[in-house]
Amino acid sequence: MKTLTTLTLILAATSGSLSAQSAAPTLIRNATVLTVTNGTLANTDVLLQDGKIAAIGSNLRAPTGAITIDATGKYLMPGIIDPHSHMMSDAVNEGSLSVTSMVRIADVLDPTERNIYLALAGGTTTLNILHGSANTIGGQNAVVKLKFGAPVEEMLFPGAPPGIKFALGENVTRKNSRMVIIQGQGAAPQRYPSTRMGQEEVLRDAFVRAQDYRRAWAEYRAKTAKGARNLVAPRRDLELEPLVEVLEGTRLVHAHSYRADEMLMLLEVAKEFGFRIATLQHALEAYKIAPEIAAHGAGMSTFADMWGYKIEAYDAIPYNVAVTMRAGVLSTINSDDDGRARRLNIDAAKLVRYGGLTDDEALATITINGARQLRIADRVGSIEVGKDADVAIWNGHPLSVYSSVDATFIDGEVLFSREKDAAMREALIAERAELEAAEPNTLPTPSRGAGRGGPPSTDPSAEVSR
Amino acid sequence: MIRPAMHAVAAALLLLPTVLSAQLGSYNPEPGPRATVAIVNARIVPVVGAEIARGTLVIADGVIQAVGAGVAVPTGARVIDGSGLSVYPGMMDAGTDMGLTEIGSSGAAATIDNAETGNWNPNAQAIWGINPHSAHIGVTRVVGITHVVSRPGGSILSGQAALINLAGYTAPGMAVVPRVASVIQLPSQGGGRGGGGGRFGGGQTPTPAGGMSPLDSLKQLLADANAYGAAVAAHAEDSSLPRLDTDLVLASLLPVLSGEMPVIFPAESESQIKEAVAFAEEQGLSPIIVGARDAWRMTEYLVEHKVPVLFSNTLSLPSRDDDPYDANFAAAAKLAAAGVRFAITSGEGNPDVRNLPYVAGMAAAFGLSHEDAIKSVTLWPAEIFGVADRLGSLEVGKMANLVVTTGDLLEARTDTRYLFIDGRDVPLGTKHSELYDTFKDRK
Repeated sequence: MKTLTTLTLILAATSGSLSAQSAAPTLIRNATVLTVTNGTLANTDVLLQDGKIAAIGSNLRAPTGAITIDATGKYLMPGIIDPHSHMMSDAVNEGSLSVTSMVRIADVLDPTERNIYLALAGGTTTLNILHGSANTIGGQNAVVKLKFGAPVEEMLFPGAPPGIKFALGENVTRKNSRMVIIQGQGAAPQRYPSTRMGQEEVLRDAFVRAQDYRRAWAEYRAKTAKGARNLVAPRRDLELEPLVEVLEGTRLVHAHSYRADEMLMLLEVAKEFGFRIATLQHALEAYKIAPEIAAHGAGMSTFADMWGYKIEAYDAIPYNVAVTMRAGVLSTINSDDDGRARRLNIDAAKLVRYGGLTDDEALATITINGARQLRIADRVGSIEVGKDADVAIWNGHPLSVYSSVDATFIDGEVLFSREKDAAMREALIAERAELEAAEPNTLPTPSRGAGRGGPPSTDPSAEVSR
Repeated sequence: MIRPAMHAVAAALLLLPTVLSAQLGSYNPEPGPRATVAIVNARIVPVVGAEIARGTLVIADGVIQAVGAGVAVPTGARVIDGSGLSVYPGMMDAGTDMGLTEIGSSGAAATIDNAETGNWNPNAQAIWGINPHSAHIGVTRVVGITHVVSRPGGSILSGQAALINLAGYTAPGMAVVPRVASVIQLPSQGGGRGGGGGRFGGGQTPTPAGGMSPLDSLKQLLADANAYGAAVAAHAEDSSLPRLDTDLVLASLLPVLSGEMPVIFPAESESQIKEAVAFAEEQGLSPIIVGARDAWRMTEYLVEHKVPVLFSNTLSLPSRDDDPYDANFAAAAKLAAAGVRFAITSGEGNPDVRNLPYVAGMAAAFGLSHEDAIKSVTLWPAEIFGVADRLGSLEVGKMANLVVTTGDLLEARTDTRYLFIDGRDVPLGTKHSELYDTFKDRK
């Protein structure tokens, strides 16, 4: 487990106090508003009230008690949505079995993770936190709003449909791990499947079992509904339950995949069992089969330009999104990395260079398209009246490398602000100085009656430094 | 260790090159000849000297012949209309192992050629391991990165780095300085590394025997090299003195010990950096620190000791929980403000070296001046490696490594229109554009 640092405590305290202010509406004045779904609005005011975007227009009136921010020369854009993250996860892979649909990322989230704050400072507000890619059918995901300082329960995105991770290719077959065994530096146990053939079979087997399970329950319910008594209900199966939800279309499949052939296999299997893949994750060779992906109706979520870090990534190209988007595939850029989650704006900008996306198309890959992939576009992903007040103020156009975030809001609350951050730094420096100047812990003096082995010092500085 | 595993090694060694050869064939079209070219009506950012709003740059014989607003176009020159375009010197990433690894992580071990076995390989030369057909070279240069330092790693005396142009069909043909620096991974004072003994002793020199720490072994080897150099010199002066057999390992250390060849020390923490600098000063070496994660915390020290730094951590997550959120984004600005000599490297594996301009741009977003951000990837790395007389700016007489862009050099939305390396027009096709063209119109 991670240690709760002083910084985290301060941040938690600060954001707690912000929380108290959240009732106060915020009027952002005179910004260049990148709505994403409705173009760019120059010199525009946006009112955040009761956690929502309450109004967009010019010369909006500040409600009583509103905080007004002069955003002249600044840009307002929707909070960035990262469709592939492992942030906050105290565990990523339950990789011991080939099907671990029973495990849930939501059970292992750490809301005090420092990197949440760093992502907020990069304008990112929503993550799709996925299970790892160790097995063909992995665990259940968690979609979160990065409400740093709140308990996990309040970070889970309200109403986001549940999802599940699938994985294909090298990470599953563990060909790389075998090399590690050869080098004598470690070992990963052999596990079925170790080929792409086996991956197809694992999927087929799991969904055949899920179909049988679903049928067993359907029959039980039908008979019970007809008045049958004393029937024994099928045994609840935590592995198959989420797969039945996949079959019924209520749980989204996010499938880690690299090569075109393995993606095509998955689409075929899904079609055969009557469900649709929500997103192909990574999907580095999606550009080779863009028409097939479009026909299936799957989305794709990829890296802007990462490639060549393993064999199955060697044919990746930064034009991937340009090709899939033009073929009609809902396409997004993701980080899969806490460092990159701080600068998805630059990854989006690369798509303008590689393949000639427009600025709005590029912005959509890190905002509204992700919201659509996660089926939360009614709440986030663009600046529209009635949507959640998840926005960020940038000091320049967010597709410029020279720009950075001034403030990030979620549900109308300030979760990051450059100004407050500077104040926190000062506080931290002062606290450090105070601690360094403080008397070291000493045993209580005998004159106060507590001899050797008495209670520890109650000096407050000692308390903090523990 | 285990027999079946050894069989598997043999199988892998047999199989991999065959399996990979088809996939690793890359597409780096050969540049044209050294022609006479005039880029006219362009915005020119020479890096040294003032920006020219609308000017002409002339290249011939691989060299910049003229730069300025009122420059005449030589007769017979190919004329490129640079209206609306900008000309910059090519960028340099001094922190790569370009050409030495193709697929750097596990799974393609046969494509990894960046680290020799054993601890003592000062005579291992990157220039003989660089694959000029690596697909990384094409995709890196088309963003305007025209030359890089490629260095070996591993062991303690890792070998010699090469400064190469990112164009050419042979590694020697790409070399700007084939042996530009030696690399020392300093063993920590506290203990050994890499098994501590170098049992397989690379090269001809066995590890000094008998329970010495790796650091003491290193010092001993340098002392041996000094003695060897003195003995060779003595024989040259007086042939009646004994003539030593040539020792390639010790001989390769002589330019290092004379301070003529700089030494790249990979070091991240404050203590690692100080250990490296102290070691270099004790041994009379010319150190360059690469990595340098903590450099921003010790600027006074770096200025006082006049140590140049290749900062590779701009995009790294802050290393301490109580570091400011932008600790590494803002690090380069701190180095510049304090007067530390530095260059920015991408800090990325070879496939992603092409992010170098955006890395420098990130430093500029967090306090580094725009001008310094460009210098940190052009002029300053050239100065650190002693090649600023040839590279790093658009000045008459310098090698014509330059890029003609649609906009600001460091912006991710900027595209490249023309690229010249060593005065040769480099086609902008890459493995990536080839695949794009192949699949983009598939129905």
